Amino acid sequence: MANTPLLKVDNVGIQFGGLKAVSGVNAELHQGELVGLIGPNGAGKTTFFNLLTGVYVPTEGQIMLNGERLNGLAPYQITRKGISRTFQNIRLFGELSVLDNVKVAYHSLARHSILSSILRLPSHFSGEKEMEEKAIEFLKIFKLDGLRYEMAKNLPYGQQRRLEIARALAAHPKLLLLDEPAAGMNPQETRELMELIAFIRKEFHLTILLIEHDMPLVMGVCERIYVLDHGQLIAQGSPEEIRNNPKVIEAYLGEEVS
Amino acid sequence: MEFVQQLINGISLGSIYALIALGYTMVYGIIKLINFAHGDVFMVGAFVGFYAITGLGMSFFPALLLAMAVCSVFGVLIERIAYKPLRNATRIAALITAIGVSLFIEYGTIYVRGAQPEAYPGDVLPSTSFHIFGATISSQSLFILGTSVVLMVLLQFIVHKTKIGKAMRAVSYDAEAARLMGINVDNTISATFAIGSALAGAAGVIFGLYYIKIEPLMGIIPGLKAFVAAVLGGIGIIPGAMVGGLLLGVIESLVSAVGYSLWRDGVAFVVLILILIFRPSGLFGKNVREKV
Amino acid sequence: MANINRKKGFWLSIVLALAVYVVGQVLISGEILNSFYINTLFFMAINIILAVSLHLIIGITGQFSIGHAGFLAVGAYASAIFTMKLQMPFGVALLVGGLAAAVAGLIIGIPSLRLKGDYLAIATLGFGEIVRIFLLNVDYVGGASGMQVSHLTDWTWVFACLLVTIIVIVNFTNSTHGRACISIRENEIAADAMGINTTYYKVAAFVIGSFFAGIAGGLYAHNFYIIQPTNFGFLKSFDILIFVVLGGLGSMSGAVIAAILLTIVSAFLQDYPETRMIIYSLVLVVMMIYRPKGLMGTKEITQFFTKKRQGIEGGESDGKHTAA
Repeated sequence: MANTPLLKVDNVGIQFGGLKAVSGVNAELHQGELVGLIGPNGAGKTTFFNLLTGVYVPTEGQIMLNGERLNGLAPYQITRKGISRTFQNIRLFGELSVLDNVKVAYHSLARHSILSSILRLPSHFSGEKEMEEKAIEFLKIFKLDGLRYEMAKNLPYGQQRRLEIARALAAHPKLLLLDEPAAGMNPQETRELMELIAFIRKEFHLTILLIEHDMPLVMGVCERIYVLDHGQLIAQGSPEEIRNNPKVIEAYLGEEVS
Repeated sequence: MEFVQQLINGISLGSIYALIALGYTMVYGIIKLINFAHGDVFMVGAFVGFYAITGLGMSFFPALLLAMAVCSVFGVLIERIAYKPLRNATRIAALITAIGVSLFIEYGTIYVRGAQPEAYPGDVLPSTSFHIFGATISSQSLFILGTSVVLMVLLQFIVHKTKIGKAMRAVSYDAEAARLMGINVDNTISATFAIGSALAGAAGVIFGLYYIKIEPLMGIIPGLKAFVAAVLGGIGIIPGAMVGGLLLGVIESLVSAVGYSLWRDGVAFVVLILILIFRPSGLFGKNVREKV
Repeated sequence: MANINRKKGFWLSIVLALAVYVVGQVLISGEILNSFYINTLFFMAINIILAVSLHLIIGITGQFSIGHAGFLAVGAYASAIFTMKLQMPFGVALLVGGLAAAVAGLIIGIPSLRLKGDYLAIATLGFGEIVRIFLLNVDYVGGASGMQVSHLTDWTWVFACLLVTIIVIVNFTNSTHGRACISIRENEIAADAMGINTTYYKVAAFVIGSFFAGIAGGLYAHNFYIIQPTNFGFLKSFDILIFVVLGGLGSMSGAVIAAILLTIVSAFLQDYPETRMIIYSLVLVVMMIYRPKGLMGTKEITQFFTKKRQGIEGGESDGKHTAA
């Protein structure tokens, strides 16, 4: 395990007008970890993801990836630095095929220019061929290659979620943020998702930060857990520690359980 | 002084913009639609007023009321026929429909009565002049200003002190929640259109009295400018439309006064682009972020 | 195998294009078509260029731009100045028209980055109007009475420009760049998150789209002997918009088909402008209510001709499953 953390979040916060959606959050993720982020609804978990991915710019604190400061970079730049994500409400490119959805994530790696595509130069053909091959390989890993020409919007819900994860991975991240990937899934699908997450973590040497409400999933798969409430970090630790933490229980239930 | 004169012209012009802008802002506030056809309702009002005064021999107030009533019904008809089916469609589809309705009204009018303009009689309102601060104010201007103010005050009363006004405010915040509270959302939306269109109709009559000439395509430019005024004040915000309208009228008159009268129509668009770049939520508006 | 199919399609298109060109040239030089039909043909080609250029901006990239006539105007006047005032050859003037419009596209594209949906629409509308009002007040180009322009447009120029426009936009669309633009249309936030420089591509779409609108402007200016600011108002923008909407937002072949159909309708209703507008507006409203996808939705006409094989291990693609 490396000594410098992959992701270092220093006292990060964001204020919208008078509202502090997130404040004073300190967190660290080391290479290869699988960490959970939980908290009641409205706690600021997705806002935190938005801060990490550059959708919001922090009004306090800083975010460092491999020692490099990310504050103020555009989302696409942060993606190219190595952070990729899925969304709470699925955001696929509905009118594009499954294959094309994944190809989009390879775009930042493409080296052929607009001019080369317009003039159909050799670099266009070789670039496109490479993207196609890589994307198909990727789909095979996720068992979606049989659906490659289906329009993303026609896929059933479970496969859409899987596609979104596949697409996020195709962007070659070092850190993958999953926002409620098990939302709307039945226990069978959730189990398959757990296996998928474990698999991709190993296969792609990923670090994963996972927002979830499904407690069995979080407790079962995460090594460490951060707990957010009203925009602030109220606890962190192993699943055992979190499960018994009175502050966490109070945040979820609203009162102390004696 | 020329300046004061232009200021007064600007306020008169601005109050017409304000009356039209109110309709835009109310409709946008409640269903997030830019009602492109609103400027044409203004045109219809002007024509109804014209026919009422010249054809039916009505005086100012009855003509005004008739125009407001007709436009009110017209506005609701448009909403029910063309906009209601698109309540859940994409914004682009709704906008395109609105453009289509607008063109239909304009060219339908030309088809029916020809494109020739009409002239409002100049003696409908008493015309004496006052001399204040070296400027000449006609009683017509005062009358028009007075009518606009009364209508705006009336609107504020309706929006804040009546049940339907409360319903309108509720639906513009959250239509689903309002529906769950027992508010008839469809009727509330229709009422919004009715009120907004009535104001536009009044603006049409006032415009006719002040500027005399009316023709079927007269609604396009004032309609666009009134929309700019609504955006300037903060789209969806009623006091914003009033302030925006007056401000735009004054700016336009002043630009004309310093000699750039050929560019006066362009003023509104330049203002629009500046506002959209520097403060898209308008003077009174709040920034609403898209949920990611 | 896919390669052979693609090569077949390629050569077929070349043959087809050549055929159309030759037929057109014969019909015109042989004086088989009278001037009404020739004009309509030229108009059709110009409209197709306009439709396809707007399709790139709205249909592919999802940027709701309804001031396209502004780019047309810039191209028309810029090219007219180069031929009439600076005595430059037509080809140079056309290119200048395109470039000038592209600069306008850049100017519009950049502020558009901060605007979405309705606001963008109104801003582009405002831009179109500003261009028109500007031209109205500049005496160098004739102000309101407009500018006289020599008739330099002929079938070869029109056809060549049309061909180039279609090739460029098809090639752009069927590449990672086209996919990037479509991803912006589909879900801009996700596109950002997947590493697409949305700023770059939105501006690129505006610049490329406006360039071709400018070329169309040059062809237009040199076909009708006179250009006036009134030709380039909102109604013109609307005319172009309806090609794209009627054809189906996202379908290039739809835009082409709609442009052809509506040019024909327009030509025959030339003497009844109000009727034309009433029909157009009714069609638009009815279509938005009952078939908002337009004629083709997001499909392309090539999809009806090639067999798409799906879901077979090692199966083939038709090479064109993105768009166009």
